[in-house]
Amino acid sequence: MTQWLERHVPKVVLAPTFAAILLFVYGFIGWTAWVSFTRSKLMPRYEIEGVIQYTKLFASPRWDTAMNNLFIFGTLFIVISMILGLALAILLDQKIRTEGFLRTVYLYPMALSMIVTGTAWKWILNPGLGLQATVQGWGFENFQFDWLVNPDYAIYTVVMAGVWQSSGFVMALFLAGLRSVDGEIIKAAQVDGIPTPRIYSAIIIPSMAPIFLSAFIVLSHLAIKSFDLVIALTGGGPGYATDLPATYMYAMAFSRGDIGQAASSAMIMMMVVFAIVVPYLYSELRAKHD
Amino acid sequence: MTDATLISPRAGTRTTGQKVTRLALRYGLYALLFLFALYYLLPLFVMVSTSLKSLDEIRTGSLVALPREVTFEAWKTAWSGACTGIQCEGLKPYLWNSLLIAIPGVAISTIIGALNGYVFAQWRFRGANLMFALILFGCFIPFQVVLLPMARMLGLMGLAGSIPGLIFVHVVYGLGFTTLFFRNYYVTIPMELVRAAKIDGAGFFRIFWSIFLPISLPIIVVSVIWQFTQIWNDFLFGVSFSEAGTQPVTVALNNIVNSTTGVKAYNVDMAAAILAALPTLLVYVVAGKYFIRGLTAGSVKG
Repeated sequence: MTQWLERHVPKVVLAPTFAAILLFVYGFIGWTAWVSFTRSKLMPRYEIEGVIQYTKLFASPRWDTAMNNLFIFGTLFIVISMILGLALAILLDQKIRTEGFLRTVYLYPMALSMIVTGTAWKWILNPGLGLQATVQGWGFENFQFDWLVNPDYAIYTVVMAGVWQSSGFVMALFLAGLRSVDGEIIKAAQVDGIPTPRIYSAIIIPSMAPIFLSAFIVLSHLAIKSFDLVIALTGGGPGYATDLPATYMYAMAFSRGDIGQAASSAMIMMMVVFAIVVPYLYSELRAKHD
Repeated sequence: MTDATLISPRAGTRTTGQKVTRLALRYGLYALLFLFALYYLLPLFVMVSTSLKSLDEIRTGSLVALPREVTFEAWKTAWSGACTGIQCEGLKPYLWNSLLIAIPGVAISTIIGALNGYVFAQWRFRGANLMFALILFGCFIPFQVVLLPMARMLGLMGLAGSIPGLIFVHVVYGLGFTTLFFRNYYVTIPMELVRAAKIDGAGFFRIFWSIFLPISLPIIVVSVIWQFTQIWNDFLFGVSFSEAGTQPVTVALNNIVNSTTGVKAYNVDMAAAILAALPTLLVYVVAGKYFIRGLTAGSVKG
């Protein structure tokens, strides 16, 4: 017995974690998937009824808005964070004397809760006393900036706050990437008199392709999971104007008492994540085997 | 380090004109960098200055102006008087809740993660790679997909709406990350070390205790900071699985800000937001290097 235990200690140590992951991740995904095919309302039911929840979901204008918003928010959030992050990283890479200080400043929002970020930006962007009123107070009386309460533009305020929070992190990723590029090649290029912008565009940036991929994965993951930011900044409003799939799911699960809709919307969210993450994880794990 | 500077240096051949251009570029660069710094600092500045103003001053003054008369009233209210719905005890009890959730949550997930990582890195067995892949994969799921069954499960376990329930949830969904951290750290240690120790008669725990643990401080710090930030800043689990009295600080902050009763006290909102942010900000300022390592460990794996 002790002999057996001795040999199997590593497996015994892993067993609780593995069992927990199997149940609480995969088992729960299975449960949600199952329930998404039933007529569950306030209480879960387990008789399979087909794709009625998905049909209902795709016919719902609120879900339509949520998916559209995810697309708008996700695209802008990822693209702007990447451009800003890369620009900051390149600028910081020019032997800046105060680099440490600046890096700290650029990155600190990442330590904040999205609820804090949302609260801060909600105050800054509120038209009555915030930015709009302030600029008007400076004499620009026609200045208009009421995006936060404008259903057509409110989603862009979520982008603004999201980029503020995450671009510093992208900067840190890119800066680490810039520093790992082979210095010899760059020196050789400089000796040949190639101008710096061209060294960046032709040598350094192309060699950072894996970092672009990492940044993309992390940012898209953040975008799909974004829930707190919307809740704190706009509460999903005005109306449903800034709903995201995550807030839709939450509303269905906890305030509307519609478990079927909550489960099916969660499944769609998971499929979106999988479509992005699975190929990435697959290549990462394979690369390690080879 | 790259040696790229904005103008490739060709010492000795520079004319005064080139020098002036170079200097101008340099100043422009610094100006740009500090402009960006301003963009990141402005919201923090607005928060702090708003929290120190009276409501009258907020209504009449400008968003970006310094307070004319500094008052700590808003801070006092945020700490112990602001209403989160019907209760008006301020943020204090909720800060305490968050701490009660975060400390055991961080400790348990880090300890288990360390042992898991040690197995995955040094005690490989058949099927270990698949197990690791499955655990790693769990890090990436959107938590919405486990929210409903977890609510029922916590009910079955008698942990619904309780602080132990929230600790449990944070441990379960944090394990993937802590395991990943430790596995990637221990994998760089040559396996011969374990083999030699085994020949000397040391067992699984003995080797962990006297060889691996003593060198683990950096990765423990990374794991602790990561988990602490995750748990402290969590809102989704907090709002889904807590009830009045067990809510973490993020949920209470959101309730204070969005409570509709009475006059909107922006200064109290800002003071409360800073209070909620202070612990993670402090961690970031003190141990920023480890904070960044944790952030990048999930994406740039070695």
